Amino acid sequence: MSDSNLAHAHQFDDAAQQHEASWLGMWIFLGTEIMFFGGMFLGYTVYRGDYPAAFADASNRLDITLGTINTAVLILSSFTMALAVRSAQLGARRPLIACLGLTMALGAVFLGIKFTEYYQKFVEHLVPGGGFGLSGPLAGAEQIFFSFYFAMTGMHALHMIIGLGLLTALIVKARRGRFSVAYNTPVEVIGLYWHFVDIVWIFLFPLLYLVGRHLQ
Amino acid sequence: MNAVIAAPRRHYLNVNYGLKSWLLTTDHKRIAWLYLIGVTFFFFIGGFFATLIRLELLTPQGDLVQAETYNKLFTMHGVTMIFFFLIPSIPAVLGNFLIPIMIGARDLAFPRLNLASWYIYMLGGLFTLAAAAAGGVDTGWTFYTPYSSIYSNTHVALTVVGIFVTGFSSILTGLNFIVTVHTMRAPGMTWFRLPLFVWAHYATSIIFILGTPVIAITLTLVALERLFHLGIFNPELGGDPLLFQHLFWFYSHPAVYIMILPGMGVISELIACFSRKRVFGYSFVAFSSLGIAVLSFLVWGHHMFVSGQSVYASMIFSLLSMLVAIPSAIKVFNWTATLYKGSISFDAPMLYSLGFIGLFTIGGLTGVFLASLGVDVHVHDTYFVIAHFHYIMVGSAVMAYLGGIHFWWPKMTGRKYPEPLARLAAIIIFLGFNLTFFPQFVLGYLGMPRRYHVYPPEFQVLNVMSSAGASILAVGYLLPLIYLIWSLRYGAVAGMNPWKAKGLEWEIPSPPPTDNFETTPLVTQEAYAYGVADAQAVYPSGEPANV
Repeated sequence: MSDSNLAHAHQFDDAAQQHEASWLGMWIFLGTEIMFFGGMFLGYTVYRGDYPAAFADASNRLDITLGTINTAVLILSSFTMALAVRSAQLGARRPLIACLGLTMALGAVFLGIKFTEYYQKFVEHLVPGGGFGLSGPLAGAEQIFFSFYFAMTGMHALHMIIGLGLLTALIVKARRGRFSVAYNTPVEVIGLYWHFVDIVWIFLFPLLYLVGRHLQ
Repeated sequence: MNAVIAAPRRHYLNVNYGLKSWLLTTDHKRIAWLYLIGVTFFFFIGGFFATLIRLELLTPQGDLVQAETYNKLFTMHGVTMIFFFLIPSIPAVLGNFLIPIMIGARDLAFPRLNLASWYIYMLGGLFTLAAAAAGGVDTGWTFYTPYSSIYSNTHVALTVVGIFVTGFSSILTGLNFIVTVHTMRAPGMTWFRLPLFVWAHYATSIIFILGTPVIAITLTLVALERLFHLGIFNPELGGDPLLFQHLFWFYSHPAVYIMILPGMGVISELIACFSRKRVFGYSFVAFSSLGIAVLSFLVWGHHMFVSGQSVYASMIFSLLSMLVAIPSAIKVFNWTATLYKGSISFDAPMLYSLGFIGLFTIGGLTGVFLASLGVDVHVHDTYFVIAHFHYIMVGSAVMAYLGGIHFWWPKMTGRKYPEPLARLAAIIIFLGFNLTFFPQFVLGYLGMPRRYHVYPPEFQVLNVMSSAGASILAVGYLLPLIYLIWSLRYGAVAGMNPWKAKGLEWEIPSPPPTDNFETTPLVTQEAYAYGVADAQAVYPSGEPANV
C-alpha cells in the first residue's frame, strides 16, 4: 500500500482508532475460537459423563511426564511473549526480537514433544481406527477418548503452528524496524492469540492427562 | 482543482479499470460486487438443482431420476442455496456496500480481510462444486451421522471441507461488521441513530461469530471420522449420533436467523422510505433484532422432537421456540404501524417489502405450529416443513434481497432500473412463489414425506401445481437478471437520491466516490427523519417546522 508512511491505514481517522479496531477484532476472533474449541469440549464432557471408567483408564495411558514438561514449556512461552509485548511497547527492538525468537523456540519444543507423544501412541496402537490395540468392554469408549485426544490436541497443535507462522512474520517486521513506541499493535494482538492458545492447553492438560491419575 | 471540473466525475467504478483492479481491490463497494457475482452464480446453480427436483416430482413415479440421484439433487440444492447463496446474500452484498456508508465511514475496519473473505467464500464454493462435479453428495444438507460419517459412499468429506472453508468467510465478515460498527461511526452517529439495517447486521454478525465456529468443528469431526476413522459420533463404539444433531442445529437453527435478520433490516429501510414515515417503534425494532439473535441460540432442540431427546428438553425447546415469535411479531407489527397513515407508493422495492411482510407472517406462524410438540410429531419431515422454511428463506429472505438490490441499485450503479418491468417481476415472483409452496403445506398436512422421489398418485395434482409455480418463479427470477444487466448501460441516470430517501448513503453521489465521503460527515439527525424533511420542504424559507 502507498500509505505505509502514514501512521494509520486510510479507512481510520487516527492511530488510536486503528489500535482500538485491531484490538477488538482480535478479541472477537478469540470469541469465535472459544466456540470452535467449545464444540469439542462439549463432546468430551458428554462422553466423560457417559463413560467415566473408560476415560480414566485411557487417560492413564498418556505420558504424564511429557505432558507436564509441555505445560511448563508453554507457560514459559507465554511469559516470553508477554516480555516481547512489553519490549515492543518500550520500543526496544533487540529485546523484542530476542523474546519473539525465544517464544518461537519454546513453541517448537512443545510441538516436538507433542509429536513424540503422537509417535508413542502409534507404536502402542492407541490411534483410533482399524488398528486400535485395546480390547475388552471399555475399548469402544477408550477409542472415543483417543478420538478426542487426537482431535483436541491436533487442533491445538494446528493453532500453535499458525502461531509460529505469525511470530515469524513479527520477527521479520521487527528486524525491519516497523515497530515503535507509537505503533506496536500487531505484537499486542498476536500476543493475545498466543496466550489464548496457551490457555486452551491449560484446559486440555487436566482434562486429558489427569482424569484418572488418582486411580493409579 | 478547477481544471478537473469538466472531466467526468471520479467514482469507485471508474477510478481504475481492468480485472486486476477488481480482483485485488480492498474497496468494500467493489467487494460487494464480487460477492454479488458469486452469490448470483450459486443462486442459479442451486436453482438448477431445484428445477430437476420439481421436474421429477411432476409424476408419482421415478421417471426423470432414480432415488440415488434424487438424494444428491436435494442435498446439493440445500447446500448450495443455504451456504453459498442465502447466508452471504444480503450481508456480503448489501451489508458490505452499505454499512460503512450508512455509519459515515470510508471503508470497513479491515478491508484486506474483507477481500480475503470473498476469496475464502469462492474457494469453499469451488470445493463444493468439485464435489458436485465428481458425483455429488447424498446425505441431505444436514449431514446426519452415522450415515454421513460411516455409510454414505458419496463425496461427504469434500463437501464439508467446502462448507468449513466458507464458514470462515462468514466469521470474518461478521467480525469486520462488528468492529466497524463499534469503532468507526461518524461523529454524531450514536447507536440509536443507526439505521435499522445496521442493527440487523450487527445482530446477524453476532450469530456469525458465535454460531459458525460450532458448525466448523462439527463438520471437521465428521470429516475426521471419514478420513482418519475417529469415532466421536460412531454408535458402534458407544458414540452418540444425536450429539451431532445437537451440535449441527446449535449453528444451523441460528443460521436461519442469519438468513432472515438482514432481510428484516432491508425491509425496515424500504418500508420507511416508501411510506415517507419514520419506523414506528425504532428501539423496539432494533432490540428485537438482538432478541432474535440471543433466542436463536436456545431453540435448536425443536429440530429433534422425534429424535429421542428427553421429552422435558422438548417441552423447554418448544416454549423457547415460541418465544422467538415475540421479537419477530414486534417487527411485523411495527412495520404495519409504519405503513398506517403513511404516504405509500408502490415502487418495485415496496412491492417486495409488502410481499415479504405477508409471506414472512405465513412462514413465521407455521413455525409456531412446528414448535408445538403435538403438531410437529404429525408433520415432522413432511412437505409442511419444506413449505414453512421456504416461506421464510425464499418468500422472505429472497424477497428482501431482491427488494434491497432494486432499492440500492441506483446507488450502486448510478443507473435506474426499468420500473414497470421490475414491478411486473415482483408480482410474478410473488404469484409464482405462492403457487409453488402453498400446495406443499397441504401436501405435508396430508402426509407426503420430504426427500422421496416417488409419491402416491393422489398427491399428483398438488405436486403439478407446485412444479407449475416453480416455472413461473423461474421466469420471475430471470427477469431481474436480464433488465438489471441491461440497465447498467441503458438505464436512466439516477442522481444522488432518486427515492428522496433518508440516510447517509443518499447524501453522497451515485455511484459513490472510492472514499465514500469527501469529509467525515457530522450526523445531527435520527434515522428516518422523513417528517422533518417534509416540513422543511413545506417551509423552504426556513420557518420553523413545528409551527
